[in-house]
Amino acid sequence: MAIRERLSGNEAVAIAMRQINPDVMAAFPITPSTEIPQYFSTFVANGQVDTEFVPVESEHSAMSACVGSEAAGARTLTATSSCGLALMWEELYIAASCRLPIALACVNRALSGPININCDHSDSMGARDSGWIQIYSENNQEAYDNFVQAYRIAEHKDVRLPIMICQDGFITSHAVENINLLEDKEVKDFVGEYNPQEYLLNQEHSMAVGPYDIPAYYMEHKKQQATAMENAKQVILDVAAEFEKISGRKYGLFETYKLDDAECAIVIINSAAGTAKDAVDKLRAEGKKVGLLKIRVFRPFPAKEIAEALKNVKVLAVMDRCEGFSSQGGPLGAEVKSALYTAGSTAKVVDYIYGIGGRDVRVENIEEVYGALFDILATGNVGETYRYLSLRD
Amino acid sequence: MANFKEIMSRPERLTGGHRMCAGCGGTIAVRNVLKALKPEDKAVIANATGCLEVSTFMYPYTAWTDSYIHNAFENAGATLSGVEAAYNVMKRKGKIDDTFKFIAFGGDGGTYDIGFQSLSGAMERNHDLVYVCYDNGAYMNTGIQRSSATPMYADTTTTPAGKVSEGKTQNRKDLAEIIASHHIPYVAQTTFLGNFNDLHRKAEKAIYTKGAAYLNIMAPCPRGWRYPTENIMEMCKLGVETCYWPLFEVIDGKWVLNYKPKNKLPIEDFLKGQGRFKHLFKKGNEHYIEEIQKDVDKRWEQLLKFCEE
Repeated sequence: MAIRERLSGNEAVAIAMRQINPDVMAAFPITPSTEIPQYFSTFVANGQVDTEFVPVESEHSAMSACVGSEAAGARTLTATSSCGLALMWEELYIAASCRLPIALACVNRALSGPININCDHSDSMGARDSGWIQIYSENNQEAYDNFVQAYRIAEHKDVRLPIMICQDGFITSHAVENINLLEDKEVKDFVGEYNPQEYLLNQEHSMAVGPYDIPAYYMEHKKQQATAMENAKQVILDVAAEFEKISGRKYGLFETYKLDDAECAIVIINSAAGTAKDAVDKLRAEGKKVGLLKIRVFRPFPAKEIAEALKNVKVLAVMDRCEGFSSQGGPLGAEVKSALYTAGSTAKVVDYIYGIGGRDVRVENIEEVYGALFDILATGNVGETYRYLSLRD
Repeated sequence: MANFKEIMSRPERLTGGHRMCAGCGGTIAVRNVLKALKPEDKAVIANATGCLEVSTFMYPYTAWTDSYIHNAFENAGATLSGVEAAYNVMKRKGKIDDTFKFIAFGGDGGTYDIGFQSLSGAMERNHDLVYVCYDNGAYMNTGIQRSSATPMYADTTTTPAGKVSEGKTQNRKDLAEIIASHHIPYVAQTTFLGNFNDLHRKAEKAIYTKGAAYLNIMAPCPRGWRYPTENIMEMCKLGVETCYWPLFEVIDGKWVLNYKPKNKLPIEDFLKGQGRFKHLFKKGNEHYIEEIQKDVDKRWEQLLKFCEE
């Protein structure tokens, strides 16, 4: 039985964590993810979970303790944002290379500097090559649903990789919306017990983690990680199919919205997809063939599937809520363009940097993007492919 | 406490065949700390990046018979905090019945410097673990660079003695005292002496005291200190007899001095056998040695006060 509630994204994720009842949480506060460990500490204080909460002295130590705990054989999680994720940098790579299925609730916030507490994706996008699975969420419902699915993906025997569930800072994390929650038992049964194959606290035999790896083996170990990441794609789909059975909510690698016959489309991540859907509806009502593709899974990147979904699109805007300083656009732009090129696409593509540092994104801003795409369609002239949306003069 | 014969007959938990240098103080520290574990108890060892890690766990070989985790340079304290938290919850849930003890090893680089914050956090949270620093007074793994544990006027590769420099100009941090200020149940300082009774006793107390414990072990590095390998016991003895490296414990906040030399030897006796202080013995440099002596005396007097001696 679904439970109807009104929750913020942070509350929703904290409730998913309570329902999962993990073994260890190690966390350090940072806006806007602070509420997650706060809510969770209350669950610990009231005996609602069996978890050991480790209130570490920094995010670097948070992820270091997570590595120790997960390697020891305990289901482990943490939450962070922005500079907190950046401080974990070194540890993200170590968690992934040790093949530790840690779950991290990432509440997306701009990286310093200058210091800015508002939403953009520079934190998790910066960690895109660390070997973590990355799943993004448009709203509180998706943040909750994705977190409930996280361990089934990360702990799968063909995967065994850490996973990051991302949602937009403040826009999703602090805004209260309607949500459907699963029953505690449904989540418990869905997630299941954690029984790792090898772990430090195994009484039967000891185990060593984190060797000095020489050139004779390092490359093979990296290839194994890459294979696990490739395997994650199918596992994500399988887990989503099972999740649909208990929730009625369907998830894929990405979501398409009115894309089938679209001439002009945008690719976008997280909360601004909701705003963009309104713009699509408005333009569709005017008879314009517009559509949208919202990324859910960014790592592994579903390149072939995205290229296939966009095959009929003539002009495309990739929306990056993150600067990449490549002078060509942001990281999502690079990935999508690479996918299209490999598939032999002839679509015209522009990359927009938008909404960084919490710059507001409105329906009319997205309409402006579609307007620009129709100009390209009409004239055949792409013009500048690296653009900023809503930049002050 | 187990007697000497019993301790020495316990199996080695760091096996031979690793790649540490002959005469390395770090290895001696590790083997003897592990001797204090009851044979029936299991352990998880955490190790900061350094000589010890790269030489004992080179894929696909490990010299460790206990479970072992190397994470990074600066986070052995936090890593082992996570392991201990996992143990508490798994034990509570009935997933484990055996007793596991938790021991971190780091050199002075991974402990006094880059790992300082992580260590401080683990101590303040009072996890039931022991952090052991094998202090050889420099970053030996990367090639003898200075650390905050390097003694004043030592010649290191980042504080070289030169035409206008006499080595490291700054003083040495007193980490045992800083950790004692975390008000944890047990802190001790020791080194290699005689039949290792002092080290074995302190290691056992550290491992079997509930809560956080810290052991500071002077573990000479023949390469970095530049003395003949076979002189290690002499080096340690002189460190103690000159009061450069006093033996003490802080038990629940109470300072206890474990050894007071009858005739405190001059610091030259400790310095002169080491190549890293060779430049101090040039004519005209006597005042540098006098300065070191004053510092040793000042610290010794302060320690006597702490210990109410």
